[in-house]
Order: sequence, then structure tokens, then C-alpha cells
Amino acid sequence: MTGSTPIAPPAPRGGAPAAPAKPVEIVEVKGKLKKLSTTDKVVIGLMIGIPTLIEAVLVWFPAVASIVLSFGNWNGVGSLARIQWIGVTNYQNIFEVDPNFWPAVQHNVLWLVFLAVVATPLGVFLAVLLDRETPGSKLFQSVFFLPVIFSLALIGVIWQLMFSPEQGLVNGVLGTDIDWFGDSGINLWAALIASSWKHVGYIMILYLAGLKGVDPSLREAAALDGANNRQTFFRVVFPAMKPINIVVVVITVIEALRAFDIVFIINKGNNGLQLLSTMIYTNSGAAARVGYASALAVILLVIALVPIVTYLSQAFKEENR
Amino acid sequence: MTGSDFDALLRKTGMNRRSMLRLMGMGVAGAAAVPLLSSCTGTSNGGNTSATSTSTASAAGSATGGSAAGGGQVGGSVSFGSNLSDEVPKKAYEAVFAKFTEQSGTTVNVNTVDHNSFQENINNYLQGSPDELFTWFAGNRMQFFAEQGLLTPIDDVWAGFEDQYSEGFINASTAADGNKYFVPFYNYPWAFFYRKSLFEEKGYEVPTTLDELKTLGATMQADGLAPIAFGDKDGWPAMGTFDYLNMRTNGYQFHMDLMAHKEAWTDPKVKTVFDTWKGLLPLHQSDPLGRTWQEAAQSMVKKEAGMYLLGMFVGQQMPTEEYDDLDFFAFPEIDSTIGADAVEAPIDGFLASSKGLTDQSRALLTYLASPEAQLQYLGGDPSNVAANKTADTSGYSPLQKKAVELISSAKNISQFLDRDTRPDFASPVVIPALQQFLKDGDVDSVTNSLEDQAKTIFV
Repeated sequence: MTGSTPIAPPAPRGGAPAAPAKPVEIVEVKGKLKKLSTTDKVVIGLMIGIPTLIEAVLVWFPAVASIVLSFGNWNGVGSLARIQWIGVTNYQNIFEVDPNFWPAVQHNVLWLVFLAVVATPLGVFLAVLLDRETPGSKLFQSVFFLPVIFSLALIGVIWQLMFSPEQGLVNGVLGTDIDWFGDSGINLWAALIASSWKHVGYIMILYLAGLKGVDPSLREAAALDGANNRQTFFRVVFPAMKPINIVVVVITVIEALRAFDIVFIINKGNNGLQLLSTMIYTNSGAAARVGYASALAVILLVIALVPIVTYLSQAFKEENR
Repeated sequence: MTGSDFDALLRKTGMNRRSMLRLMGMGVAGAAAVPLLSSCTGTSNGGNTSATSTSTASAAGSATGGSAAGGGQVGGSVSFGSNLSDEVPKKAYEAVFAKFTEQSGTTVNVNTVDHNSFQENINNYLQGSPDELFTWFAGNRMQFFAEQGLLTPIDDVWAGFEDQYSEGFINASTAADGNKYFVPFYNYPWAFFYRKSLFEEKGYEVPTTLDELKTLGATMQADGLAPIAFGDKDGWPAMGTFDYLNMRTNGYQFHMDLMAHKEAWTDPKVKTVFDTWKGLLPLHQSDPLGRTWQEAAQSMVKKEAGMYLLGMFVGQQMPTEEYDDLDFFAFPEIDSTIGADAVEAPIDGFLASSKGLTDQSRALLTYLASPEAQLQYLGGDPSNVAANKTADTSGYSPLQKKAVELISSAKNISQFLDRDTRPDFASPVVIPALQQFLKDGDVDSVTNSLEDQAKTIFV
């Protein structure tokens, strides 16, 4: 009994069946590889080829074409042979002649600083508050996120109503007579408030999602070590949220650079609201100043590359770890 | 009521991030995107709305109309690209086309595109697969496409109705190569609009010279009114003020030469214009850059402002029952040697794309040039007047009659700054420059800035 039973099971378990099973599996795997190799190649080829093609056609070609066109003068009509190649004249004109360019850069920078210093931290703050599951937390989440869902046209209408000099709510409540969108010293700030209204909700949702993903045991450990709420957040949770923090920073930068909609709804990017994006718009389209608009687009591209490259290098570093 | 002047306004609704991307793509991708984008504008924006009722189409029309709907080129139909996306003009056009179909049995396949998108994609539209005929403007905006070979000359069509048009309209329809490309449909004058009841009540006299205008302004100010309503948030209304001041100070020819940059913006003559304007600014409503033309018009309607220099479409802001209270006077004379016989009256009409003409499109152009088609249209959109001088004006409102009088007495008709000069100069350069001038009143700075930038564009 004792002799036969222990011997019998080990033999089939570890020895005999296992030994033939392993080679079979390998053969099968090898066979699969061999069998599927032609289909596989096609599938892999398509899976790599199609995205590459899309990327090349929709991203690389336009980017390169834009760089090339920025050295030309062309009204967009007729064959490419009609482009006059004028070297860096477009860039010279942008930097030296165009009275809108430097204000536009300034406004873009101000936009970035405002979002980074005011709007983004506010979004993070709201996320931290709402993460505590206080009563009504879900309701507040929805309320703060609502502006992100609204269409741009609607946002434009809402803020026109808020800031209208004669019929607006802001002037009505404050009892002031300020021309919010017409006064070039103020309208950028009015636009920034409208823009932040949307940005805060966006950052809040991103950060909230990140906070939900933080291992609760980290907080427990911190609490056991006697850390208070503030210390727990800044010393433990915030560092643990590094990937989300990078995303938030990059999104803030990109949002600042591509700022367009609200400004365009207000006055098409004139009179104190010049931005690089609205300049590109005004010079393309009906104006058809293709070379000039391309040069502006290249400048914006170069500026945008800085945070994007930073983000990518960070992301790859994370992966390598 | 529908002019390029409205572009700016309509952008408000037409704009979103997608169209931004589309435009970025257009500027960026350039040539590669051309066929792709133009096919988009041709088909996706409005779809085909046939303006005809099937019962009125003749046998030939309905037999070929179906097959022609796709290509829109053969058989008993014409394809027609329209930027009249607003409700009022769209309906008015539908009525015109229905009449045409009734008479000729030719179906009109109307491809309506949002007003603003139409304007912005016009280059690609005309190079891609355009409709045979399309709505457009006289002046440099027509000239430009004629030079690029994107239009078909229509001199033979014109031969049929040339005697029904005054010289101003014929000139406005002729390009630099001497060929005619444009069929005028209607136009509307720019002038000082005011409420008759206000002028009667206060005993104001219509000014005929600049000095009288200033005196009137001072009186209005004393009465607690803003003399001249003014809103330039969208950038284009100030162009009208500049056009008139320049034409009255330096004459029509100088104005047109300036628009073509044959004259310099730093010319002392141009500086005089800005100086005059600066002198008039205290009579204008303050803070114009935060006010739309509609808001400015409302202050005239509410009798908070005395008068308003704008196109006749200002009437849209009048309550219908008070429409008859609206009146206008021509921009006063500034220099008696120059006079006041130049009128700003943008003309809207039609062009034939490079697809060439068919019997059907010839018939439609001829019909559209006729007084009956134009009056039919005005029945649905009374803020314009017919271009054809034989059109019966007996059905016109007093305001329309006065407009006809003003336009027909004009020696020269300008088309508005953004139609008389290059589009890449008007909107990216002139709008910000004029707005800056309205803010700081710096004559030297605005003329230098305009000249520096003009040099980089008119090369």
C-alpha cells in the first residue's frame, strides 16, 4: 500500500508523461510559427504598415510640406511650380515686420504661465478635495467637469453673456462698466478666465483618475508613521503620481499653445488677443498666404516640440526602469 | 444683406476646432490636400438641395436631371454653388430657381455651403470639382480668380443684356483682361443711416459737408446722444469708414490705386485721411472694439445714437413695424474739388467656374441677369436693390428707391475694402492696423505699419 501508491503517482506526474509532453509542446509552437509565418508576415506587415502609412501621410508629410512651404510664396492656386522660393523672407517678415507676432508670442506665454500657475493647480486641488468621498462628491465632479463637455460654440455664448459690457452678468453683479472683451488690457484675462473654466475640469478628472489608482496602503503606511494629511499628499501621494503629473504638465503646455477657440469666438484673435494659432488661421483660409501661414505653423511646431520631446523622453525613461 | 462683410460675423457660428484643423491642414499640407479638401466642400457641407418641384420640371428636364445630379454638367440641369446659407437669402434663392425651372424646364442643383466655409475654401473649391456657377463678389475678389484662370469668361452671355446695365456694373464685371466674368445680381449702398423720427423731433438737418457733419455731431452730443454709432469688434466695419474718408479726400482713383498698393500708405494724402478720422473719433461711440455692428445698430434703433455709417443691411436690426422710419444720407463731401459722387455699394452676383458653359448655365445666367429674377429675389430679401437698371422700382420701399437713386447717380462704385484689395492684405493686416489706430489714434504708426506690411505682401 504505502509502497505502491507513492511510487505510482510520481511516475506519471513528474516522469513519463511530462517528458514526452514538453517536446510535443515545443514542436507545436514551432509548427505554429512555421505554419502561420506567411499569414503572420502579412498580418504583421499590415499592422505595422497601415499605421506607418497613416502616420506618414497625415503627420509627417504635412509637417515636412509645411516646413518646405514656409520658404515659399504661394497663393494656393495652380501647380506647385508657381511657388516662388524666397528663402527665409517669410521668417524675416514675421520676426521683423508683422506687428502681431511678438504680442502673439507674449500672449501664448502668458496663457501658459496662467494655466500652469493658476488653472492646473486649481484642478489638482479640486481633485484632491473630491477624492475624499465627501457627501455630494459625485455631484461636484459632474459640475466641475461639465464645461469640458460643452461645445465650444456654447462656451462662447455663455462667456459673451457673462462679459457683455452692457447686458453682461459680470458687470451687473460688480456694478462696473468694464468693456471686458473690447479693452485690450483686460480681454486677455477675461479669455483666460473662460479658458481656465474649462481647463480646471479637465485637469481635475485626469488627476482624480490618477488618485484613485494610488495604492491605499501607501496612505495607511504614511498615517501609521504619523504623517498628517498635507504631509501624506506632498511626501507620499504626489511623488507616487509622477506619471500623471507628467501628463498634466504636458497637457497644460499643449493646451496653452493650441489655445484658439475662445479667443476666436471673442474677436477672431485681434485687438489684444493675438495668438499664434489665430494668426495661422487668419493668414491661411481665404487669405491664402500659404507660405507665410506655414512659416507661422513651423514656429508653433518648434515651440510645441519642446514639451513633447520632454514628455517622450520621460515616458521612455519610465519604461526602461 | 449678404456680403463679405458678414464673413466675420458668421465665423462665430461656423468656427470650431475641426474647421481649425482642416484649415491648419490646408495651410500645412498645401498641394496634397487640395483635391481632398475641395471634394469635401463640394459634397459634405450642404448636400444637394434641388430648388425645383418635380411637377414643374419638363419631361426633358426630369429625364436628364436625375442622371445629371451627380456630375451636374449634362442634360437639363445646372449645378450651382451657393454661399447663401442664411435662412432669408436661401429661401429667396429657392423662389428664384423655382421660377427659372418653371420657365425653362432646367433643374438647378443647388449646393449650399455655410457662408463662411465657402469663403475660406474658395481656392480649393475652384481647383477641385466646382459647380458650374457659383455665388461671388465683384471687384478684386473676382479679378483674382480670373487672373488665375479659374473662371470662364461670359462675354457672349453678356451680349444679351449689356444694355440693361449701367457702366459701373459693367466695369465691375470686367476683369483686367477685358473679358466679362461676373453677372451682377444685387447690391446695397453704404451710407449714414438714421431714424427720421429722431431727426424730426430734434430738428436736425442732413449734413452735406464734413463741417456740417461735425456741427451736427456737436449738437447731438449736447442733446446727450452719441452722434455716430460705431462697433468694430469684428474688424471690418471700420473699413467702410476708411473707404469713404479716403474717397472723399483723395478721390476714387487714388483709393483704388492705394488698394492695389500703387500708392504708398505713408503718402501724406493717406495721413490726411487718418488725421480727419482722428478728428471725427470723438463723435463716434467710445470703445468700439468691444461692440458688434448689431449692438451699435441697436443704439441707433433705440435713439441713443444719432446716425450710423453702415451698409443697408443695418435695416435688419430695425423692428419690422418701424422699418419705414429708417432713412439715410450719403457720406458728406470733404473736398469740393473731389465731390461726393463715389459710392460704396458692394455687388453680389455670379461667376462661371472653369468647367465652362453649357446651354443650361447660359440660360440660368441670362435669367439671373434679368430684372424679373432680381425682383423675385428682392421680394424675399428687401435689404438690397436690383443690379439691372431696367428693373421696375415701383414695388420698392422708399429706402430702396433712395438707394437706387444714390447708386445710379454715382460716378464710381467701390466694392468695400476687403473686396477691393487682396484678401491676404485685408484681413490679416488692415483689420489689426485699423483697430490699433482706433485705440491709440497714432497716425504715423498706423500708416508706417500698413506700408511695411504691404511691402511684404504686394511683391
